[in-house]
Amino acid sequence: MLLDNNRRNPSAILPSEITPQAVFEQRREVLKLAGAAAASALTGLSLPAQAATAGSLSFAKTAYGKEETLTSLQDVTSYNNYYEFGTGKEDPAREAVLFKPTPWTINIEGAVKQAKSISIEQLLKLAPLEERIYRMRCVEGWSMVIPWIGLPLKALIDWAQPTGNAKYIEFISYNDPRHMPGARIPVLDWPYIEGLRMDEAMQPLTLLAVGLYGQVLPNQNGAPVRLVVPWKYGFKGAKAISTIRFVEKMPNTTWMKASPREYGFYANVNPQVDHPRWTQSSEKRIGAGLFAGRVKTKLFNGYDEVAGLYAGMDLKKFF
Amino acid sequence: MVIPLFKQACIRLSPWSPQVAIARLKAVIWLLALTPLLRLLALGLTDGLGANPVEFIERSTGTWALVFLLLSLSVSPLRAWTQQAWLMAVRRLLGLWMFAFACLHVTSYLWLDYQFFWPDIVADISKHPYVLVGAAAWLLSMPLAATSNQRAIRALKKRWKTLHLLAYLIAVLGLLHFWWLVKKDVTEPVLYSLLFAGLMLPRFAGWFRDYRKSQ
Repeated sequence: MLLDNNRRNPSAILPSEITPQAVFEQRREVLKLAGAAAASALTGLSLPAQAATAGSLSFAKTAYGKEETLTSLQDVTSYNNYYEFGTGKEDPAREAVLFKPTPWTINIEGAVKQAKSISIEQLLKLAPLEERIYRMRCVEGWSMVIPWIGLPLKALIDWAQPTGNAKYIEFISYNDPRHMPGARIPVLDWPYIEGLRMDEAMQPLTLLAVGLYGQVLPNQNGAPVRLVVPWKYGFKGAKAISTIRFVEKMPNTTWMKASPREYGFYANVNPQVDHPRWTQSSEKRIGAGLFAGRVKTKLFNGYDEVAGLYAGMDLKKFF
Repeated sequence: MVIPLFKQACIRLSPWSPQVAIARLKAVIWLLALTPLLRLLALGLTDGLGANPVEFIERSTGTWALVFLLLSLSVSPLRAWTQQAWLMAVRRLLGLWMFAFACLHVTSYLWLDYQFFWPDIVADISKHPYVLVGAAAWLLSMPLAATSNQRAIRALKKRWKTLHLLAYLIAVLGLLHFWWLVKKDVTEPVLYSLLFAGLMLPRFAGWFRDYRKSQ
């Protein structure tokens, strides 16, 4: 609250609202410690200069995407679609500077044994943190390769104990017009809602990311916790998740509401299913340079192991 | 606010002979056109075009083409309003800069974005209406650029004026291209469309008067 400059009446800050500096600083440490405790193989990483403000995480390296060329940290953290902080690609890096992702709890509700909430510190203890290098394909026809740090969503689902009625999961992003300038504009139907079918959510590739490039997730990338589903278009990756709801019916997601003709629930990367506006057969790799041209887009973004989830489905109809 | 100031500026120019006024205004237009080009060049050489440099160049050249088109459409209402006939002498330069930026825009799309890979380009144009209307706008601006000289004006006589009515269609297609391109935030297309509507208003009024007179 000390850094809150959006408040209309600054004198209205209650003394009880002010976070003591010691507590504030401690919160950053908690993330580091929790990460360290959770990871079995501790790997130290030196951080690039831009990352100096965020804490580093401890995690195990994995084989995911180790052959890929990474998109630079600079590009990953300066070219973002995060409409709560503005519709321009450069807006989130600038507008999310004062956003405070700690303390944080995720509400778990809907078709579960018992509705409950989980703090970010508890979440980090559910499973060892892993680094996974994933390709990310945006529906707009560009792509990146990002070294995420996180844990499988399955770990949280197991902890949440969904009932038999849970057929889908709905992810609701944090929405606070006071701290998110883009959320004051009705450019989308806030809060941002995304969803997955239960089997998609349980797929081992599906990740809850809490960091990237060895550091705590930058605000503009969806701090403190976001969804990463590498075989789907990037907009499926809900950022700053505040509520996870287990439901029986397919959630009506934000982009489906915005334009049902353009954005489907599944949003699987598919070069055969064209978007009304953007070519989906090829993509521009961010950071490849001015004269690099485009690379061919692969079905399921090249993650063939998920094909079984959609056996027998008409992917042109269920796009 | 801006318009009265501009009117004042135009009238202040009148102590100069029309030749001097035209030369100075043309110098300003060259400066206005070369600044964004030099900026793109400087940013390109210093790795300053951001994470998606191709998109940056496409956006920038496209926006400037639209700006110069609207500037060229503002000449005749301004002339009528300020009673400064010499203003017409800069319209061709504005139109040609619109064409130059449109060509750079198309070149960056064909070359930087698609590496002249024609199967993908043809698919992109035929499948996506926003690309199609953009391509149409560029194609339609070719005959206008080709006939922007005295010889063509003399040769075409009355038909020249009819041909150059295409500028309005090009503006509509260019704006449509912009509207259909943006994902959700229509602020910029709205702004440019309002400017275009503002420039068309005196024309519609004039056409309506002519129509009434002819009845």
